[in-house]
Amino acid sequence: MSIQILKSDRRRQEKLVARYMQEIRDIAKGGFSRRELLKMGLVMGGAGLIEMAGMRGFKPYWAHADNAIPFISPPNTPFVDPLPIPPTMTPVKLFPAPTRQRNPNPAAGPGPVAGVVDVRGFTEARVEPHQRWREFGGVSDTDPGFNGTMLESIEQAVLFDFYPTRDGVPPSTIWTFVERSTGKVGPLRIKAQYGQPIVHRIHNALPDDNGGFGRNQTTTHLHNGHDASESDGGPLRGYDKNHFYDYHYPNVRAGFSSTHHTTTLNGRTVPGDVRETMSFLWYHDHEVDFTAQNTYKMLASFYTLFSNDILLDTDDETTGLRLPSGEFDIPMLFMDKVFDPVTGQLFFDLFNLDGILGDKMTVNGKIQPFLEVQRRKYRFRFLVGGPSRFLELSLSNGQPFFRLTSDGNLLPRTLIENSIRIAVAERVDVIVDFSGAKAGDRIYLQNRLEQTNGRGPTGKLIAPDNVVEFRVVGGPVNDPSQVPATLLALPDTNVRIAQRRDWSFDRKGGAWAVNGKFFDRTISAFPKQNTAEMWRFKSGKGWAHPVHPHLEEHQILSRDNQPPPDFEVARKDMAVIGENVIGTRGTGEIQIFMQFRDWLGDYPMHCHNTVHEDHAMMILFQIVP
Amino acid sequence: MDESAAERRRRRFLNVALTTHEGRTVRFYDDLIKDKTVLLNFFYTNCVNEAICPLTTANLVRVQKLLASRIGRDIFMYSITLDPDHDTPKVLAKYARAFGVKPGWLFLTGSAPDIEALRRSLGYASPDPVEDKDRSQHIGTVRLGIEPLERWAACASLARPEWIVQSLTRLEPKAAAQQDRHGGKSRL
Repeated sequence: MSIQILKSDRRRQEKLVARYMQEIRDIAKGGFSRRELLKMGLVMGGAGLIEMAGMRGFKPYWAHADNAIPFISPPNTPFVDPLPIPPTMTPVKLFPAPTRQRNPNPAAGPGPVAGVVDVRGFTEARVEPHQRWREFGGVSDTDPGFNGTMLESIEQAVLFDFYPTRDGVPPSTIWTFVERSTGKVGPLRIKAQYGQPIVHRIHNALPDDNGGFGRNQTTTHLHNGHDASESDGGPLRGYDKNHFYDYHYPNVRAGFSSTHHTTTLNGRTVPGDVRETMSFLWYHDHEVDFTAQNTYKMLASFYTLFSNDILLDTDDETTGLRLPSGEFDIPMLFMDKVFDPVTGQLFFDLFNLDGILGDKMTVNGKIQPFLEVQRRKYRFRFLVGGPSRFLELSLSNGQPFFRLTSDGNLLPRTLIENSIRIAVAERVDVIVDFSGAKAGDRIYLQNRLEQTNGRGPTGKLIAPDNVVEFRVVGGPVNDPSQVPATLLALPDTNVRIAQRRDWSFDRKGGAWAVNGKFFDRTISAFPKQNTAEMWRFKSGKGWAHPVHPHLEEHQILSRDNQPPPDFEVARKDMAVIGENVIGTRGTGEIQIFMQFRDWLGDYPMHCHNTVHEDHAMMILFQIVP
Repeated sequence: MDESAAERRRRRFLNVALTTHEGRTVRFYDDLIKDKTVLLNFFYTNCVNEAICPLTTANLVRVQKLLASRIGRDIFMYSITLDPDHDTPKVLAKYARAFGVKPGWLFLTGSAPDIEALRRSLGYASPDPVEDKDRSQHIGTVRLGIEPLERWAACASLARPEWIVQSLTRLEPKAAAQQDRHGGKSRL
């Protein structure tokens, strides 16, 4: 349901918040101080004074202000609302048609559907022309037109219920992606196919009034996209409200213009290296200094990339790898949040530079949702959206996961794992088989990883917190999907290394530095196009840093000179370094194999604890001919 | 403005009493932060450790020059001492004079517990107790913010002065005409 926030909505919401605040004050008058009540975890819910239930392992990390009211979110009743299934975006025709250069014409097309901001008249903010435009769907270098899939979103403010209505917590104002043609609200899902280029037009219709945090200048990064720099959504490409930007996603495999003009799998020959085929990406705001705030405000969505062209991950459970598909392929975005106990509104601690932790784990925007499942196999795609919390997920009945991917890239073979650690921005696809369960069974997806501050996890496994409830329904069903034993071989790393570079990730003077420097617009490295490099990451003690280089996925060659664990013998776009990152062990040094193929321009590399990223743990590198 | 926004803004900051290098008593939130665009950092005059504080102050003097006409008019600068026992208003005044600080930039001291609470509430702290005790760990960043818009960011105190200025002006809403010019400019 989309609700454009009208004046009347705002008034209604203000009334709800005021009433909520009055209830909290009344409780405080009843003899206990507000502080004591909150400490006891007692606040007013829809049903009166109720006790905080559920998530004992999640506690907020409230900067260092020991003199302030401890922020404990209002309690929620668990498993009331269903897990929101991210709506798949529908292709549209764009008005005006996309162009290689900045579009000279303002946004046109039909008037807004209910709840969506009218973006007619918005102008394109992009100044750089698209690279390889005609190669990937562009009709002409000079005339408008695009022969590919066109999608259109609007970043706008929306009233959103993280809590079930019965808990009496007023809705919060979030910023999220809304589909222009349908009014569907994020997290959205793009279903892309290799060989079918996309232009995603994103309008910025965000208000100046941020409701407490966030910046209405945005730039959308497609995480793990092998895309041209002007479509990468880098931190310095932010644009203001009343503008749009056409992001061009060629959906082509790395190596297509360099090392692997074509390769063949399952009798199909395609551009690029088939072993670079990706499955699960995501997109989120990447505005310099504001990535944590804006992403926390819900500017995040899913991008699932299928490979029907080589009969691999086809989006059809009767073909290719025959992975559970359609309604049985469900992405989940895990984001922990804090809600202001006095107003019930989504809250962000602006002066916490260590890392933000919430005490409420949301999944696709809902706190502790449930999902009805049939007695068959499901593909779940786990994404930990940050800002700073790592998770370790397992199932309450001890059943294992069939793990298909690391960072959303198919592994060489399926791994059977009882417990999966996921750092911020990492993605893991798993198959869960409910065929052995009975109708009426309740199985919980649980987190067991302890993390008490912004440093990263302690690595210890503690009593589980239920984050999703699976409710098994119905009788036995026909299930044509399968769990394949082998998936996709890894690309060669036996390539000439053109350059070695060292990067150290450390705390300095209360902020976050790479090689002793804080982010500014200077370029720190100039890799030559179509070469391979060996990068070494180092980190001192005390903190965990999930490091993310843009442009190409990499392979981890070693952790502290030892081979990485089996789930990291994979194509990765994250390299997690520092304290307690593998089990309870830390890593001081990681070596990765990186390539810089096909595109030119500048890309960032940064810590994906987005609070560290925003406080300067980021560099730019530029691919040069 | 609705009640919840006012309350949220007020609760974000401590309202402790501080003394300026000119000897005035001010309230942190009411007098220094509320409804203002600000640039603030922590420092101490005795900081000789790698000379970060004097370098920072010198760097911020360049920032003040770059923002010349706006400082004291619609942008305010504050440097709060981490060593209130030593850094009396007199010491601060001498320090400000030595660096050629112009009006619109206040050096502030206060009671030790108030300064400590203020430091922590603004995130100038470390979860590592040893590091937290070390004053020199809390002087590396400048907070930038437009309080009425609730837009806050931070920047390295030794960043290029132009970058500090950009990090602050980037927070400001743009006039429509300006937006059209800069709306899409890659700032690279």
